[in-house]
Amino acid sequence: MEMTQYLDIFIDESKEHLQAINQQVLLLEKSPEELSIVNEIFRSAHTLKGMSATMGYEDLASLTHCMENVLDAIRNKKITVTTAVLDVLFASLDHLEAMVLEISEGGSGKRDVSQTVKNLEALEKGEEVSSTSPQAKKPTELSQSYDQYEKQIILQSKEQGFQAYELSISLRKDCILKAARVYMVFEVIEQIGEIIKSMPSVDMLEAEQFETDFKLSILTKEPGEEVKERILKVSEVDVVVVSEIDAEKMTDNTQMESEQSLKSNPETNVAKKEDASVNGAGSSAAGKTIRVNIERLDQLMNLFEELVIDRGRLEEISKMLKSSELNETVERMSRVSGDLQNIILTMRMVPVEQVFNRFPRMVRGLAKDLGKKVNLEIVGAETELDRTVIDEIGDPLVHLLRNSIDHGIEKPSVRSNSGKVETGTIYLRAYHSGNHVFIEIEDDGAGINRQKVVEKALENGIITKEMSENLTDKQCFELLFASGFSTAEVISDISGRGVGLDVVKNKIESLGGSISVDSTAGFGTIFSIQLPLTLSIMSVMLVEVQKEKYAIPLSSIIETAIIKKEEILSAHNQKVMDFRGKVVPLVFMKEIFEVPSAVEASEYVPVVVVRKGDKMAALVVDSFIGQQEIVLKSLGQYLSSVFAISGATILGDGQVALILDCNALIK
Amino acid sequence: MSNEQKVIIFQLKDEEYAVPVQEVKSIERMQHITRIPRTVPFVKGVINLRGVVTPIIDLRLRFDIEESEYADTTRIIIVSVGTIEAGLIVDAANDVIDLETDSIEPPPEVVGGVDAEYIQGVAKIEKRLLILLNLTKVLNPEKLGALQPVENGK
Repeated sequence: MEMTQYLDIFIDESKEHLQAINQQVLLLEKSPEELSIVNEIFRSAHTLKGMSATMGYEDLASLTHCMENVLDAIRNKKITVTTAVLDVLFASLDHLEAMVLEISEGGSGKRDVSQTVKNLEALEKGEEVSSTSPQAKKPTELSQSYDQYEKQIILQSKEQGFQAYELSISLRKDCILKAARVYMVFEVIEQIGEIIKSMPSVDMLEAEQFETDFKLSILTKEPGEEVKERILKVSEVDVVVVSEIDAEKMTDNTQMESEQSLKSNPETNVAKKEDASVNGAGSSAAGKTIRVNIERLDQLMNLFEELVIDRGRLEEISKMLKSSELNETVERMSRVSGDLQNIILTMRMVPVEQVFNRFPRMVRGLAKDLGKKVNLEIVGAETELDRTVIDEIGDPLVHLLRNSIDHGIEKPSVRSNSGKVETGTIYLRAYHSGNHVFIEIEDDGAGINRQKVVEKALENGIITKEMSENLTDKQCFELLFASGFSTAEVISDISGRGVGLDVVKNKIESLGGSISVDSTAGFGTIFSIQLPLTLSIMSVMLVEVQKEKYAIPLSSIIETAIIKKEEILSAHNQKVMDFRGKVVPLVFMKEIFEVPSAVEASEYVPVVVVRKGDKMAALVVDSFIGQQEIVLKSLGQYLSSVFAISGATILGDGQVALILDCNALIK
Repeated sequence: MSNEQKVIIFQLKDEEYAVPVQEVKSIERMQHITRIPRTVPFVKGVINLRGVVTPIIDLRLRFDIEESEYADTTRIIIVSVGTIEAGLIVDAANDVIDLETDSIEPPPEVVGGVDAEYIQGVAKIEKRLLILLNLTKVLNPEKLGALQPVENGK
């Protein structure tokens, strides 16, 4: 069937629906009585079911179908919303997400979801789910099911003197190279027999997507004890349970499976018919939008950048020609292109919501794993950021949040001992300020243990003993971002492998942003990230140093001033000036940049006061040219690390001007 | 199968050098170069090459040949190797010729003061001696890092 053309739409929409369901289920957790939320989830699940059935993804459809049944039961007050119910719902969502992901990568969307389906069915009938949470289930408790073909093989080989065994193998908890151990186990078994089935699948085993246990079904002529002995010889294997497979049990399982598929099939057909009406209702609610490939937007942006350069050139020509008509036209064009620029920029802007959306779910899961109580408060999710920044900022934020939950928030018992409420709170805030967007992650946890940070830094050789004695709090916290640093006493898989925060910092700096941390022992920690609104066009102040032109980003300029030569003071061989009562060091651009002399120094010295964080410096230049919007261009790969230059731009006269990196000039 | 290679010939001091045409994007006249402060001497700066900021290398300085005034014949050869694009300042760009692959010999130990590491081979045509450059080596950004601390995150 001609389905490929719809595949993209299907994937996009499925992701949206899953996101919506995710959100709603989280809401449901907060207010389990709210039936309107259940209705929302039901609607999304239903659309998803219809879509996947139409596209021929049966597994996806049948799982959503089971979910729908449960939701329907909730709606009709047959069952109440409990944590167990939510856990199963979340587990199903995980499966659905994995399936959609697989489809988007070109897979078939098939996945073994029988356990979750069983749980869902149990819920629907009002039974308790056998295991409290699907993640915690021990595969050892459940027997594998076999399809017709596998059953055939087992029966045939039995006639040839082979015996079928089911092995439950547990690796030691601290086993690092799980995939390697699995491989060794496979190797051992293949010497004595044949593996016919594994649970989880071999692919998942290889990708280490299992806890510590896995199950294998094998055919061998060796006795069960012998098999067990051999496998136990593989190091880091903890327990091996060998059980014989008997034919009757197998028949049961196959029957059950076929029953299941029978049951779900006719109902998915019904779903297709209902689908149309639901879609009709849904589309009216959504705003009038179209999907545009981000590449096209990038192209538009590139073309516009070229236009901005030409606009600058035109402005200069019109100034030279002094023709009023030309002037007027050029001014008009500038205004129009200014508006155009705004529109193009806002077109690329997306609310950070897109990134923030997946956090509540993640925080819930993590808190549960760690036995902590955490409440995530999101403020300012509507704040908009450039699409390119959005794409990149997700991972660093995940890292910081994990960090806050793992290291920041204490265990409930510790919290109540120190007089805090048991539930820790993490605030995730986003807001605009000037040309920047700020994202803050604040927790009310234990704060950063200064002593421990210093000790660790000493131990890892990041600082010396002498340095450690004169550290300010701020400097001390900065150490967290040094590479090769991890303060967690126990390395957990959540955070603290020592590759953490320095990677976060690099990432954010590569986006043209900065990150800082502040903490009060006992009261919590706050990480704040500053990001540029957009990456490609920025406002700068053009200055001249002798005959060379440089651009200073407006975002780092506090003020410009013209001072008299006499006002330059000297302190410890360092020239300084008085700036509103503060002593600010002077940076002579001419000397720092070794600019060839061409202009006589005058009595009056123009300076640009710039800042990096709360530190300031005054750059001494020779003249100001003015403020301008410029298009940021990179210097190319060959010159990737030039001192104090962050990039270049092309001026109206066609020449290249370098953009100063004020951060490098202030120590 | 062609065993001929098209090369562009340019001059530096008294020697003639050659680079394959595939690696040359264009040949430009001298124009305003924006100096980049605090970099190695052979990096003359950057130019605006039709909207792209392109670094410019003085090949004389790169090969430790004494600097000379730029003249009317001075050209900038824009080359592109891998992901790196740069301009090379040369005394003159003379000619494009087809070079028999057979006539290329491995580089001798020292030729005209240029370190052998930058030379791919030497070709003799009639009475001209052509030095084939290995642009990948010439444009190795690591040579920049040797003179200044590299603060590259990657």
